[in-house]
Amino acid sequence: MQVIKVEHLSKQYAIGGSTHNTLRDAVGGFFRRNSAPALQIFSALDDISFTVNEGETLGIIGSNGAGKSTLLKILSRITKPTSGSAEIRGRVGSLLEVGTGFHNELSGRENIYLNGAILGMKRSEIESKFAEIVEFSEIEKFLDTPVKHYSSGMYMRLAFSIAAHLEPEVLIVDEVLAVGDASFQKKCLGKMREVGEKGRTVIFVSHDMNAITRLCDRVIWLKDGTIRMDDEAKKVVGAYFHEQANLGAERTWEDGDSAPGNEYARLKSLRVCDENGESIQTADIRRPIGIEMTYQVLKTGKVMVPNLHFFDESGTCIFASHDWDSKWRTEPRTVGRFTSTVWIPGNFLSEGSIFVGAAVTTYEPLEVHFVEWGAVTFNVIDSLDGDSARGDYAGLMPGVVRPVLRWENE
Amino acid sequence: MSSEQAETVKIIHIEPRDSHLGLDLRELWAYRELLYFLTLRDIKIRYKQTAIGVAWAVLQPVVTTAIFTVIFSTWARFETGDIAYPLFVLSALVIWLFASTSITVASNSFVNNANLVTKVYFPRLIVPFAATLASLFDLIFSVAILLILMVYYGVVPTTQLLLAPIFVILALVMVAAFGTLLSALTVRYRDVKFALPFSLQVWMIASPIFYPVSMLSEKWRLTYAINPLTGVIDGFRSSLFGLPFNWPIIGVSSLSILVLCFVSVVVFKRMEDDFADII
Repeated sequence: MQVIKVEHLSKQYAIGGSTHNTLRDAVGGFFRRNSAPALQIFSALDDISFTVNEGETLGIIGSNGAGKSTLLKILSRITKPTSGSAEIRGRVGSLLEVGTGFHNELSGRENIYLNGAILGMKRSEIESKFAEIVEFSEIEKFLDTPVKHYSSGMYMRLAFSIAAHLEPEVLIVDEVLAVGDASFQKKCLGKMREVGEKGRTVIFVSHDMNAITRLCDRVIWLKDGTIRMDDEAKKVVGAYFHEQANLGAERTWEDGDSAPGNEYARLKSLRVCDENGESIQTADIRRPIGIEMTYQVLKTGKVMVPNLHFFDESGTCIFASHDWDSKWRTEPRTVGRFTSTVWIPGNFLSEGSIFVGAAVTTYEPLEVHFVEWGAVTFNVIDSLDGDSARGDYAGLMPGVVRPVLRWENE
Repeated sequence: MSSEQAETVKIIHIEPRDSHLGLDLRELWAYRELLYFLTLRDIKIRYKQTAIGVAWAVLQPVVTTAIFTVIFSTWARFETGDIAYPLFVLSALVIWLFASTSITVASNSFVNNANLVTKVYFPRLIVPFAATLASLFDLIFSVAILLILMVYYGVVPTTQLLLAPIFVILALVMVAAFGTLLSALTVRYRDVKFALPFSLQVWMIASPIFYPVSMLSEKWRLTYAINPLTGVIDGFRSSLFGLPFNWPIIGVSSLSILVLCFVSVVVFKRMEDDFADII
């Protein structure tokens, strides 16, 4: 049975030009309607159509600005489409953010009721699940403490627990799993899979291709506001990475405002280089590879840690690395431009395309200033000289890493 | 899906714009618990992190009454009949302070709750309504002071006192309509934030708070009653002190409130779809 039917959905925003922000503009605009500067129209979604069946878990992927959030906002009824329509059968629970409406001055208990009501739960429903929510969040002892005294981990746990106990027919989830500690994330993913198995319909947006392929049956890839591909999860993720492979090994964000980032930090550039500092697109498997990230710190006061994530073509995260040894580990950043380079040793990565995700994060309280998935990509080529892990073998070698290990022979 | 659930499955239609102007009251009713929790939240946090807390709700009417009494019974005098001047002023201030705080809080309610509006769906009207209802909490204190003062001055209540709640409800309707209208306008035009304190001052002077309606000549009274507060305050006073009701004035003010409600609904409906995009 079709639970969601989306037909020719489009959403346009007027950007730049004069959106009436003060009364004077509006009054002025009224009198000189003809001479008013034309608005620039930006199409966030352009003629999207798809259906989702009952019990299906649909993933939505795409780079920043592809229209994912707009689509979720329309389906959650937060904003209206410019044209087209959508129909949803049943109660919709949307989780575009964890802890929406939490109030710092209120206790955990009070926030459970408030947030539950905000997410659309009935009071009786919250009461019947109260014990379960508290247990899941592991905050029993602090139930009557204002949440402003919670650690960021506790806060997230409580917020997610409430959301996880929402039982709508259709659940819409935005990138909310990117927060919290690993074990709790795992618990959340488990909870979400449970929801899917109960026959509920889930729409899940994420940049985490691992989570997407694990949770979703089907994936829609959005690009520039249109559906680029709509198919089985593995196929779409593969194709997505394949296209990202053309991104190149060097990228610069010229425009300060559109670069990934927030008020604290913005990404300036990323490049892949060899040990001599020369930019490269293709790396020799035996040589060290440097990933150089340049970012602008706009506001002081936060301890910021740059970190990079490496993915293979199937979307599997090979590893992630945080800058663990600089003095900025404990010291708040000063305003200015920083360049951090991580060195991947030779004979470590397997051959193939590698996709790099770049981020700058503050740990306590957890805040991701920017994260750009698939920001750059490069190829690793194995040598046939016999001095790499494959030795003289020229056939197919599996594995996400390819270290040269010591072998002992007796 | 069980058959029991199947019966109640609601189909949500998402379309570019609501063509009808009416309010979806059924949906508002379905979300009444959210209204309750948001109101509760606003009451709970209002005086958090203040040194004297709820005492503010007492202090405001008491001090204002004292100031007005000192000014208007020493330097300028108004004819207030048998009613002691402090009582006369306080009876209006109860309504006025509720109206002015509530409108101020409600007009900023969307901006203050931007995170809710951009992240969750619910009938948007709940936001200014919750702000308005939370302000009713303060009213309890000022009414209590009013009752104490009435006992102190030996006012003997008549059966007309039973009509007093009607004027409080009328005030509530007016404030909700006004607050809702301004909350919608504030989302787009931040000018409201600057214009409001000034406009409220003018409104206060233009309402029969520290002077009686009878101060105006007969022929201007009905025009004066276009200010909805005129009828509300005058009616409230009459019911408290057993004075004859001035029905034409109350009628005109009520009509004015009705028009206000209508304008408010029209403006709100026109603007609410864009809230999440422009807030």
